Amino acid sequence: MSRPYLPCSEITAFLMAYLDGELPADRRAEFDRHLSVCPSCVAYLKTYQQAVRMGRDAASREEDVPEGLVRAILAARKDSAATG
Amino acid sequence: MSTQHEGELLERLRRGEDAAFERLMREVGPRLMAVARRMMPTEEDAQDAFQDGMLSAFKALPGFDGASKLSTWLHRIVVNACLMRLRTRRRRPERAIEDLLPRFDGTGHAWEPSVEWDPMPEGGMPEALKATVRRCLDELPEGYRAVLVLRDIQGMDTQETAAVMGLSPNAVKTRLHRARQALRELLDPHLREVHV
Repeated sequence: MSRPYLPCSEITAFLMAYLDGELPADRRAEFDRHLSVCPSCVAYLKTYQQAVRMGRDAASREEDVPEGLVRAILAARKDSAATG
Repeated sequence: MSTQHEGELLERLRRGEDAAFERLMREVGPRLMAVARRMMPTEEDAQDAFQDGMLSAFKALPGFDGASKLSTWLHRIVVNACLMRLRTRRRRPERAIEDLLPRFDGTGHAWEPSVEWDPMPEGGMPEALKATVRRCLDELPEGYRAVLVLRDIQGMDTQETAAVMGLSPNAVKTRLHRARQALRELLDPHLREVHV
């Protein structure tokens, strides 16, 4: 098995560009070569993607603005407009 | 909101029509409230930041020059209101992002090799794990959390996130990558503990 040419630090530093398809072809090939021989970087890539999904899934889904809050904000605006 | 629709609404807002403010609250408010909920640690904090932001926006409306979309401008004000509240209520110094990034030895090899986590169960994440993820999100430095919320959770693109944050698109990309790395780093001990 050949030794990876790029160090692991380069893989993690440019991982988002790699995943977004923003690396030039030769650079992408170096990434692929590294990933084919480095289980730690493969695990890093997978857990990076998993962390993004988990952040999204754990976030609050609630979007409604409580009616009392809507009323309070509109009333405060009206008061401040009236007093100038 | 379409550009024409936004233009009409803006005119009515500038005339001070009560119904236009209510319409704005109903149409754009929910997305802004969602951002505040995702930025702030508690519902009460989120409501306070949302209220601060909306009232600031109403006050600043006469000066809005229309250079960006109204909704982008409102996001910027609400995100700033969140950041302001987070700063004033912070009890301990924020962690530097560098402390949350992966570490390497002098040859560029990972300090600690990464290991895979188990895939998430079919039915989605258990509530306890969601709470852990939310705590980890709260630990991200504020400026990084804001970018991650806007890009990964709200689904904004890089350009709009840059406009909301007052950053260049490249700075947004750098912050997003670091925020994701930091979130991965903060989650790693929990998922290693549970699944290894």
